[in-house]
Order: sequence, then structure tokens, then C-alpha cells
Amino acid sequence: MQKLIKNGLIQTSEEDVLDKAFDGSLPSNSALVPLSYFLVHTDAVLAQSNLGVWIDSDETPEDLAPYADKLTLIAINFPKFADGRGYSFARILRERFGFTGELRAIGDVLHDQLFYLKRCGFDAFAIREDKDATAALEGLGDFSENYQADVLQTSPLFRRRKSLA
Amino acid sequence: MYKYDGIDTQIIQERVTQFRKQTQRYFDGTLAADDYLPLRLQNGLYVQRHAPMLRVAIPYGMINSQQVRKLADVSRKYDKGYAHFTTRQNVQFNWPEIGDVPDILADLSEVEMHAVQTSGNCIRNTTTDQFAGVINNEIVDPRPYCEIIRQWSTFHPEFAYLPRKFKIAVNACPDEDRAAILVHDIGLEILKNDAGELGFKVFVGGGLGRTPIIGSEIRSFLPEQDLLTYLEAILRVYNRHGRRDNKYKARIKILVKANTPEKFASMVEDEWQHLKNSDTKLTAEEIARVKGFFLEPAYDELTNNPASYIQAKEGSTAFSNWIKRNTHAHKKDGYRIVTLTLKKTGIPPGDVTDKQLEIIADLADQYSFGELRVTHDQNLVLSDVRQDQLFEVWEKARSAGFATPNLGMLSDIICCPGGDFCALANAKSIPIADAIQSKFDDLDYLYDLGEIDLNISGCMNACGHHHVGNIGILGVDKRGQEFYQVSLGGDSGKQASVGKILGPSFAQESMPEVIEKILDVFVANRTDEELFIDTFKRIGMAPFKERVYAKAD
Repeated sequence: MQKLIKNGLIQTSEEDVLDKAFDGSLPSNSALVPLSYFLVHTDAVLAQSNLGVWIDSDETPEDLAPYADKLTLIAINFPKFADGRGYSFARILRERFGFTGELRAIGDVLHDQLFYLKRCGFDAFAIREDKDATAALEGLGDFSENYQADVLQTSPLFRRRKSLA
Repeated sequence: MYKYDGIDTQIIQERVTQFRKQTQRYFDGTLAADDYLPLRLQNGLYVQRHAPMLRVAIPYGMINSQQVRKLADVSRKYDKGYAHFTTRQNVQFNWPEIGDVPDILADLSEVEMHAVQTSGNCIRNTTTDQFAGVINNEIVDPRPYCEIIRQWSTFHPEFAYLPRKFKIAVNACPDEDRAAILVHDIGLEILKNDAGELGFKVFVGGGLGRTPIIGSEIRSFLPEQDLLTYLEAILRVYNRHGRRDNKYKARIKILVKANTPEKFASMVEDEWQHLKNSDTKLTAEEIARVKGFFLEPAYDELTNNPASYIQAKEGSTAFSNWIKRNTHAHKKDGYRIVTLTLKKTGIPPGDVTDKQLEIIADLADQYSFGELRVTHDQNLVLSDVRQDQLFEVWEKARSAGFATPNLGMLSDIICCPGGDFCALANAKSIPIADAIQSKFDDLDYLYDLGEIDLNISGCMNACGHHHVGNIGILGVDKRGQEFYQVSLGGDSGKQASVGKILGPSFAQESMPEVIEKILDVFVANRTDEELFIDTFKRIGMAPFKERVYAKAD
């Protein structure tokens, strides 16, 4: 089973990630439906609490803006970990659209990207299946202070430096 | 110079620990080579033709004597006793072992140095004018803004996996541009508006490489407090919309061109509306705090042209040539700016030995408040030398090999490491530089020619900035043979332009002769005091083409 780091703990991912081209009937089990499916079957998906939406790096997070306060789980896919679009998507969902539900990184999600993902607003990480999720947990704590503002610390270091010294 | 506090130190130390663990996981096999690659690149570690290469950051080219001594130390302890200054105002070690790199980074961190983001698809070292803070005609010292950008771009969580590398340069001189801001992903020109407030003119989408493009202005005045939020907006637009399907079309210049600069500017403007009033907006206190690190050193109250200096110039033509070529007017009476040239014939441009590094550190301590600047043309600057001490500095620099009075001349060549070291290169570049320097070693002839930028790159990635050389040389591969393509008319300054290709490429051995013919055409056509670039702009390519490709009689 896919391991999921959530709230700093290792869990098992309950949700099936449905294919990007999925167009079947609404699943009854826990699942992440692709953005295109969600935009067509919005009310039905929202009505079912065990469903979330996933978006790919070539899609547009703005499409989810009207539903940010209704969705409880959004996943952002990283087709390759070096495809950094999802970092911007996450900040936009959190900071602009006020999404407060679970924001999950899926796809090529590895130990060494967790720290930046966390700072951009992800709180759940579906670690790539061939990797050791326990070892990856350590990646969440690579640095104890940062220069920039981010989703977790909205004040950049230059506004706080004096009080830290 | 900026000085770390406890937080800056802690961040750099945590980076060393992070990289040590990543390297351990790479060696024990739990971190795959492909997954380690972008991580090591963001720490300046390449795997090159013969050995790994480690690029160490010198933020906006500022380095102190203690740091220079540490570089000498590292070169002895882990390398072959020399280092190489690059065209990005950084320094490289060509022969470290991968396993030693965490220790090297730990050693460097003791003197506030690191290799953060010196490579990889992230925001690189911000560069500026090597004469920042010591010249008369700048609006304001640009270095505090560079340091503010450095901190903002260091480990920025959103912009570590951009489509491609990203370079920012800052200029504060209204009538000169030694930072070549128009060939950067973002170029910032510091200026004052009519109300006397400081701000930036913002250019985007300049760059060299395979598709050389001059940057486009997207904002005529950005107030200084909006610097970081606006940069963040540009980077976000690029991170989201820059091409990721083809690495040769992934730089921001392609995105700007595809959308038109006007459209791109409006995309940035839309994004910025969401960011401009966030806490990332700079405060007057922060700008003042960082400016506090770049105050004037304790200059002596002196007058210009002291008697001993005038006498020394009159007594030695060699000294007065060096003064004319390799030193520059200082804003403070009684001082001059000295450039130590690392372009001695027979030595690869930018290379210095451990012993030379120590001499350089001593010179800085003794004559220039212990600080140096690295230039993008791979030389070093002592920014604050008393005029009455210039003769001593010259004698010491000369005996150490740093006083070849060829600054800005044909033989002051910008040159990448090329096929001798670099895995990407199509052709060698250093032997071409060497052959040209050897052929044109008559200083009187060089002075007569005046300033000419000759830049050499060993491949299309253009690390030797050949596109903006008045004479540019590019190594190309033709059926497995190394050939060289020549371009003319490039310019990296205020009137930035990309050179045009002269014609079919040449074999290595004919390069000095080709350059000679080009110079002959210039000498025959120039008017009094005209520089090569001006003659070229006036007479065009045809006379050069005709002479170089003329059939032998």
C-alpha cells in the first residue's frame, strides 16, 4: 500500500487515484478524481465525503477556486519531482483561495523535496512507493529557519530577525 | 561587506548537514544517481570530463581576505592547488572528490561561504558592477539590494525546480553597464524618479546561450520596497508557464518572446496584484539594516595626485601604462580602483594558484581594507588603493603575475573552461585564448587597437559570453573535428547587441591569423579614436568578410 506522511506521521493512503482520463460512474470507495471529471460532476463529487480531486502540473489551480471552501482534499501531482509547478499551485490554493483542507503531494514525491513542499502548504505526502517513508520523514526538518515568508510562516525573516537575535 | 548573524550561520550549517546526508544516501544507494543529480547541482557540484567540479558562490563578487585564504586552503587540501574564477563572479574547483565535498562545504562555512544554488534550475548568484560603491557616477550602491535578493532567493521554497536556471543582475550606473543586465533573465537598473525616490527599471528575458536575446523593459519604475514581491510575481509566472518540454526552449526569454513582452508584463502585473501588499514587501528598516553593512571604509583624507605618485608615473612607462589600463578613477580623492588581471599568457583565463591566492589576500589586507571583488571578465579588483601606494601594489602584483596591463584589451580574453575540462563543450577554448594571447603580445600594438572584447565559448551554452564579445569565438563540432565560428559586433554594455556570424568556421590553427585579418580591416578603416565596435557598426560586416575569406593570391 502507498505510504502517506500526514501530520508528521506515517499512514496508509486510503484513496485510489483515478486516471486523468477517467470518465466512469462515481466510485463508492475513497478516491481522488481528476480535475476534468470534477468539473463535469462537481455536485456529485462534493456530495460524497470520501472523494477528493487531483490536479496535474499542466492544469490550472484557478479552476478549483470556486470550490476551495467546499473541498476537503486536493492532491497535486508531480509527474517528475523536478517539475516545480505544483509548488506555485499549492501556494495559490492556500494563500489566494484560502483552501484549508488536506493538500496532498502525489506522484514523484521524495525525501528531499518534502521540506519545500511543506513550506508551500502541503500537509500530506504520498511517498513514491519504492521509497522508505520512515527515512523520508526526516526531510520535513531540514532547516529550522528560512529567509522567505511561506504558507506556514507568513512573516519573512527580515520582519522577525530583530526579535530572534 | 555583509556579515552573517547567528541565523545566517545556522542556515548555512544546516545546509552542510543536509548535503552530507544526501551524499551519504547517494553512496549507500538509497538515493538514486538521477535523484541526487539536481540536489548536487543546487550545491554547485557537477560531474565533469575528468573529475567532479565544485562551484562556490561569491555573492555579487564580494570576497574578503579571510575567504580568499580559505579558498587557497581548500585548493591545497582537496584539489590540485589552484582555483578558477568564473564569468558569473564565482569560483570553481576542478578536481575535488565527491566524497570530500561535504567537508569542503563545512570548511567554507567557517568563513561564511557556500555553494548554494551555484548551478541547477534555480535562482543563481545575483551579480552587479564590480566597481559598486567606489565610483562617482552611480545612483546608489547596488550591493545592499543584491544582498536582499540573495537572502530572498536562498532556499526559496517555490522556485527550486524552475524550468531552467535563472540569473538576475543589478546595475546602478546611468551611463555604463558593467553588469551586462540586458543579457540576464532579469536585469534591474536602479534609478530615481522625479520625486527623488529610489526604484528599479525592470528588464526580463535577456540571455545568451543558443538563442541570444536582449532583455525587454516590462516596468519603467518599481519602487524599492516592491522589489521582492515583484520578483516573486515574475518568478511565479515563469515557474507556471515556462516551457518544460525542451530544455533549449525553457529559459524565460522564450516565454517572454512567445507571449510578447507586453503580454508577459500584464501577466506579471496580474500576479503582482495578489502579492504586492504581502509581508514580503520590504520595509525601510530592512533596507537600512542591509545598507549598514556597506558603509564606506575608514578612508584617509587625501588629495589627488600626490607627488610620489606623479614621480613614479614619470619615472616608469610600464607603471604609467598599468595605471592607465588597469586602474580606474575612485570617488574618493587620493584613491584609485585597481584591477588585478588573471590573464597572463600561458595561464588559462581566471586560474590562480594557492600561493597567488595568498598573495592576493595579503594585498587586500595591506592596501584595500581586506576586501576584493571578482569581475565577470574573470579578474579581481582591489577597490580602495591609496594613490601613494599604487607603485608598491604594482611591483607586488607584477612579480606575482597580476599586472599584465591588458585590461579591456584584445588579450584580456573572457574564456570558459572548454573541452579541456567541461563535459558539455564541443571544442577546447583555452588553447585558442593562449594562441591569440601569444600572437598579440606586443603591448604597444594592443594599446593602439584600443578596447576590444574578445570572448570564447567552447559550446552553444555560451559560458564565455561569445555572443556579446566585439569578437566572439564559438567552438563547434564538425564531423567529430573541432572548428571555430567567429562573430563580430557583440556588445554587453548599455548599447547591448548580439554579434553576427562572420561566415564558415575555421580550424584551430588558423584562428590567430583570422583574428589578425579582422584587426587589419579595423585598423585600415577606423577614424581617430574610434573603437573596434564603433568601426564595425559604421562599416558593417562586408569588408571583414571579404578580407578573411579572400582567396590567397
